[in-house]
Amino acid sequence: MLTLIARRLLQVIPTLWVIATATFILLRLAPGGPFDTEKPVTPEIKAQIEAHYGLDKPLFFQYLDFLKNISKGDLGPSYQYAGWDVQEIIGQAFPVSLELGLWALLIALCIGLPIGIVAALYHGQRTESLLMALATSGICLPSFVIGPILLLVFALNLEWLNPLGWNHASDRLLPSLTLGIMYAAYIARLARGGMLETLQSTWIRTARSKGLSPSKVVIKHALRSALMPVVAYLGPASAGLISGSFVVETLFFIPGLGPFFVNAALNRDYPMVMGTVLFYAVLIIVFNLLVDLIQNWMQPRTNDD
Amino acid sequence: MSLNLKHIFIGLVAYCAFICLSGCAKKQNNTEIGIEQGELYIGIGTEPAALDPHITTGLTEYSVLLALLEGLTTLNPQTMAVEPGAARLWTVSDDQLRYTFELDPLAKWSNGDPVTAHDFLFSFKRILSPALGAPYAYMLYPMRGAESFHKGIETSFETVGVQALDASTLIIELENPTPYFLNLLAHNTWWPVHPKTVLKHGSITDRISKWTKAGNFVGNGPFQLEQWRLNNGIHVTRNPHYRKADSVALNGVHFLPIATQSEERAFRTGNLHITNSVPIHRIEWYKENQPENLRFDTALGVYYYMINTERGPLSDPLVRQALAYSIDREQLTTHILKAGQKPAFHFTPPNTGGYNARARLPFDPELARRRLAEAGYPDGAGFPKMKLLFNTSESHQTLAVAIQEMWKKELGIDIELHNQEWKAYLATRESGNFDILRAAWYGDYDDPNTFLSLGESDNGNNHTQWKHPEYDALIQASALETSPEKRLELFQKAEAILIEELPVIPIYFYVTSRLIHTAVEGWHPSILDNHPYQAVRLKKN
Repeated sequence: MLTLIARRLLQVIPTLWVIATATFILLRLAPGGPFDTEKPVTPEIKAQIEAHYGLDKPLFFQYLDFLKNISKGDLGPSYQYAGWDVQEIIGQAFPVSLELGLWALLIALCIGLPIGIVAALYHGQRTESLLMALATSGICLPSFVIGPILLLVFALNLEWLNPLGWNHASDRLLPSLTLGIMYAAYIARLARGGMLETLQSTWIRTARSKGLSPSKVVIKHALRSALMPVVAYLGPASAGLISGSFVVETLFFIPGLGPFFVNAALNRDYPMVMGTVLFYAVLIIVFNLLVDLIQNWMQPRTNDD
Repeated sequence: MSLNLKHIFIGLVAYCAFICLSGCAKKQNNTEIGIEQGELYIGIGTEPAALDPHITTGLTEYSVLLALLEGLTTLNPQTMAVEPGAARLWTVSDDQLRYTFELDPLAKWSNGDPVTAHDFLFSFKRILSPALGAPYAYMLYPMRGAESFHKGIETSFETVGVQALDASTLIIELENPTPYFLNLLAHNTWWPVHPKTVLKHGSITDRISKWTKAGNFVGNGPFQLEQWRLNNGIHVTRNPHYRKADSVALNGVHFLPIATQSEERAFRTGNLHITNSVPIHRIEWYKENQPENLRFDTALGVYYYMINTERGPLSDPLVRQALAYSIDREQLTTHILKAGQKPAFHFTPPNTGGYNARARLPFDPELARRRLAEAGYPDGAGFPKMKLLFNTSESHQTLAVAIQEMWKKELGIDIELHNQEWKAYLATRESGNFDILRAAWYGDYDDPNTFLSLGESDNGNNHTQWKHPEYDALIQASALETSPEKRLELFQKAEAILIEELPVIPIYFYVTSRLIHTAVEGWHPSILDNHPYQAVRLKKN
């Protein structure tokens, strides 16, 4: 276990370096610069502005500066929002996205797991088709369709909930549901697949033949192994969930990280793009490591790989 | 283990029940609370890029800064007439080159410091210092020596025509008589910043400074910055030190950067008093059901197509005329845009600084066809494939498709449509690598000069490659002309050339469309979208 953690941690630095370098190059290849505006400024003024951010140096030196700064943990100032640092922005927005993501994850698990498991237990019957049809429709409906529908029903017609904002406890419900439903659908499909496979294995048949009750077989013996695919999926999915969603956060006017990802790229806000990309990369790495550890605990044989 | 799961489950059920109950209990919404507490909730569309008056360029930033800072003069919210601001009164020399301002002794910064002539000196020096890289520093160029100092030709600020006689007397000398000078002073580039605060957080020319953050910001406007969180909103509260604190009715303003679609929902559910815009598909509904909430105001902006006059047939004015004459603008504004936009038959919006262009584009497909034939392309025969470029947006696309269709039908020519995302589009425009390009221009001040100077050969915003010495001479002459009538006449001549030559094809004049709660009073129509918050009131029923 410790070797696994140590090995993974050693991989982090080169991985991040590759990601940072690739992002740096891609950003500079994109047409247009951070300080191009509708009413363009004179080349002299643009040069002055760029000098404030060290963009007047040759590209290679900019790259070195950038590596030096991130190695010190300094992501630099945002180009788009004068006076704001990238760390500051991420520090303000991430807790919001984290909370939203965790609620969505909870909803996804609470809806997805029971559907998947029940569907597997009723394999070949009408209940299974019905539940899986439900799951498939959940995958097919993107958040920009589900979100407005939920808004229309619960905020505009029934007037039970606020259509936007992140101020009251009740403001969490609609966005979490919008974000969680799609993940619930994936989880349902994976849980069903895992459960089906496990139920057909020889040791489950042995357990059954020993006369254990069906519920005991499922909960005590099958569940752990059946959930392996779900856990594998949850690693990257959680990283995606808690790092914010552009659509959901814009739709519900939530001050999370999602809109910054997209707008930073559109605005060519180089440090902000770098910051969000690296932050996301770290999240993915951490969550994948967690998944491996959990899988290790659930089923020690992954150790052999 | 099972006990823990049970606890978690019970906890979850309790939380869900709490959410439902707290949601179902009928809450007071923002607008009701706002009316009770005198706090205005207003949508601003996007997050302001900065709150530093010397580096911001957009209307969004202006609309927030208007609450926080004030220049020497202000504009009457209703009539747009120049009124005293930080300056109580002023005198103008006979040659109109020397303005002497006496500052209002009541003018104070939000920390209680008096606003002095030296603060203005510091501020003018700051925005004109080349190292700050202020995009709009040219707004100060009418001041003598400002341009030379800003361009680094002169390095001493002493050479700029501004001096503080004492703490309350400021003298500004001009390069040329500038009839709209007092209007200019109401623009944020001329506004003061608090020197001590700026210097506390960096040097005079620091762009990346924390002085504009809540808790640091010191302003001289009717309100002070209480809270600013990105993508969440800006909250300003009454500034007790404001020179006319009694005239301010509101206790605070909440600026919320909500996207257009969500904004309408926010308004419908009582979360906003004023929206930044109205989604096109909802306009009809409001016209029918809540016309009292829907407001269209003329704006000082023009939507146009820019032509690269060095590209093949587009270098021929006859071809450009054919393109311009065959667009049915009335149809575009009535059936596609629908929000009260006015068809643009000339470039400068109507009644800009009292100026109404006499030159007028016809909608005459027959004449357009004749022009195209004269240029050597009868019925479009032999006309090469040209491209129309716009930045990616549904509304630009809809309009481009309609115009493409008009050109096809009336002239028999095929124009290909292309779109690029915003920054790529700006880069293409800068490089001049386009045939026809969608563009827009909003006036910075209420004078035709802000539109017509765009056509000058050396204007940084003229990407058409069009150069016309006579046109340049007319615009330059207008800067020196002291008689207002003669000056407007020079603009008429310039605009006539522009409409004959057509390096730009005007399409329509902008309007601002907003949803406004019936309790809001004092939000007057304004072409510059200038709505001083001290004039706004929330009426209690």
